[in-house]
Amino acid sequence: MISHAAPTRRPIHPPPVDASPFPYHPGSLLSASDLSLEDVSHLLVRATALENQDPLVRDRILAKRRVALLFYESSTRTRTSFELAAKGLGADTTLVSSLSSSIEKGESLKDTGLTLRALGAEAIILRHNSSGAPWLLEAETRLPVLNAGDGMHEHPTQALLDLRTILAHLKPGTHTVSAETLAGVTVTIVGDILHSRVARSNMLLLPRLGARVLLCGPRELLPELAAKAGPGIAIERDFDAALRQSQAVMMLRIQAERLAGLQLDLEQYKAAFQLTGPRLAAQAPTAIVLHPGPIIRGLEITAGVADGPQSVILEQVKNGVAIRMAVVERALTATGTGGRA
Amino acid sequence: MTALVIRGGHLIDPAAGVDGLKDILLKDGRVAEIAAPGKLKQANGAEVLDATGLMVAPGLIDMHVHLREPGQGYKETIASGTAAAAAGGFTAVAAMPNTVPVNDSAEITRWMLAPERGAAIRVFPIAAATRGSKGEAINDYAALKSAGAVAVTDDGHPILKDNIMRETLAAAARVGLTVIQHAEDTRLTQGASMNLGPMSFKLGLRGMPAEAESGMVERDIRLVTELRDARAHLHVAHTSTAAALAAVRQARRSGLRVTCEVAPHHFLLTDEHVGFYDTHYKMNPPLRSAADRDAMIEGILDGVVDAIATDHAPHAVHEKEVEFENAPNGITGLETALGLSLRWLHKEWKMPLGRVLSLLSAQPAALLGLKGRGTLTVGSFADVVVFDPKAEWTYRARETKSKSRNTPFDGWAMQGKVRWTISEGKVAYTGKVS
Repeated sequence: MISHAAPTRRPIHPPPVDASPFPYHPGSLLSASDLSLEDVSHLLVRATALENQDPLVRDRILAKRRVALLFYESSTRTRTSFELAAKGLGADTTLVSSLSSSIEKGESLKDTGLTLRALGAEAIILRHNSSGAPWLLEAETRLPVLNAGDGMHEHPTQALLDLRTILAHLKPGTHTVSAETLAGVTVTIVGDILHSRVARSNMLLLPRLGARVLLCGPRELLPELAAKAGPGIAIERDFDAALRQSQAVMMLRIQAERLAGLQLDLEQYKAAFQLTGPRLAAQAPTAIVLHPGPIIRGLEITAGVADGPQSVILEQVKNGVAIRMAVVERALTATGTGGRA
Repeated sequence: MTALVIRGGHLIDPAAGVDGLKDILLKDGRVAEIAAPGKLKQANGAEVLDATGLMVAPGLIDMHVHLREPGQGYKETIASGTAAAAAGGFTAVAAMPNTVPVNDSAEITRWMLAPERGAAIRVFPIAAATRGSKGEAINDYAALKSAGAVAVTDDGHPILKDNIMRETLAAAARVGLTVIQHAEDTRLTQGASMNLGPMSFKLGLRGMPAEAESGMVERDIRLVTELRDARAHLHVAHTSTAAALAAVRQARRSGLRVTCEVAPHHFLLTDEHVGFYDTHYKMNPPLRSAADRDAMIEGILDGVVDAIATDHAPHAVHEKEVEFENAPNGITGLETALGLSLRWLHKEWKMPLGRVLSLLSAQPAALLGLKGRGTLTVGSFADVVVFDPKAEWTYRARETKSKSRNTPFDGWAMQGKVRWTISEGKVAYTGKVS
């Protein structure tokens, strides 16, 4: 006789899977969770040192080393700052983008990566529209791979530059970080969390430094299960309530290209989640305002806030070059078996 | 004609209630005689297989495989797929119709069954339910059945329209065929490549909600309820969610002819195993939550699950070496089903051996109406698997007989090693002595 609700026996579980299917190249940066706090500290210190170094001395660090930028999606900030960062260290860079290469003819990511390696690339900076593509590229080429944004998944250098920006304002003078560095700090990330790789990388990085991350947005763009993505993450759907608790607020663009048929009432969205001058003044008059860009003025953020005194958006861009110099330097100089924390 | 004696083995035939030391004589493709050890009367001159210390059981039957022919011989052929099946202890497989072209005609069904295909064991084609598996026009089931089809399905392209599914169930019932449904409301799974849950959020992949499966099962059960008098038989393919299994359980309690199968990967793995975008863990239905996986185990142990089926779905290496979202769904499974079932269901979760074997032979035979298979009584087909139930071994994908090696079970520990697979009296596979 079969009972309707069978009693649950506790099965002994099959062997668990390894956290990582292969040892990473120690110079790779695929996920914000790859970095230990020591790694993060090292990168922050190097970013500052490289930024302050004489450019004529700095460009001997990676003189004539070859770095390929492989971009399957359009990009202004990330591509340019990675390129300037690599060149600032003296490396030769080459850009391969999906619209002007054999990728258009159907060449696979594996073959493109192997071709770049054969051409002498010593590291590949990858921007890709599919989540997880950097893992595939690393597995196939075994080169240091820097994830410059993969689908809806991660954008680890963005999290690092956001961290550098947050530290500069909220914890000035901080050089190295620990699990308490951001204790007592609340960072609210607002908008299209579901499709955002920036949000995911920040959610993996900031709580490890003691920050509380509040996620804010409508259900369609912020599913409940986002709160389960890691410790130190909570959902607050009332934007004003979230703002009141925040020392930093990170606004995100609605990623129209990833909505996949999802219909949104933009007027309703703006009423609930647009960061306006009056709202900011009333709820968070001292918080800094971040945005990974590109910003859509008049949608998630008003022009007045984007250009206003609390905005640190252009500082983020500037920090991007410094952080990426440190990350590219690490990619081409890392030794040992490190990589994953 | 050829005669073969399997001597000294332990015959286990759950359908016939046999569980003891027996000698067995196979002659002209059938079981000719079964007797206590040394007591066969007609064995003179027959070739002898010494099965001392081994189990002798009805050959395994996999009611859900993709043999890729016609049209995709680079992934698998009927010859290579059935060779892998034989190595896994299978003597019969039911081949899904999502070939190129789709098997929606008596002509293609007969082509698959032709001796030129070089099948090592019996192939039973399952024909497409609708023309081209497009879900619009019902095929001629009587013609398909007489050509050899044993069931109908649009596997991979679930029949979404209520009226077409109703018509399919009614028409199949009229000719005595089972309708197998890959239950997925594809309107809820657009662009998705894994289970919807914390893991899909973490990986930034679009997820398939469990409701896409269970909702379709519930809809199909409603249609079977309406067709109760026609005795329509719905079989739910590769059940993967607790909710879908609960719906099947409920339907059975209501006396409906609703059956289901579960694949080894769905009773062993979860969406956590996707890890870092390993495409060997990508299939449809996807690996689900731990709660769903546990429900599959429960369902197997308590009997609501009618069969274990592998959903053997070979793909070439280059097809799986791509971005997770772009990789095709499916894994191979014919060579690992017995080893995993014995290792986990029998050894770990204490399911009696006879019941495990029944899920892999007698029960799928009954579901597909394969007369004289799934049991070893005098007169039944001489489809036999002889295996060492105690042997522990490690599966190596590179040694596969399949053309493809897209399996998540490479390097996994297996229990129970096949010594011989005998298909209609002929040895189709001989395993190494361990």
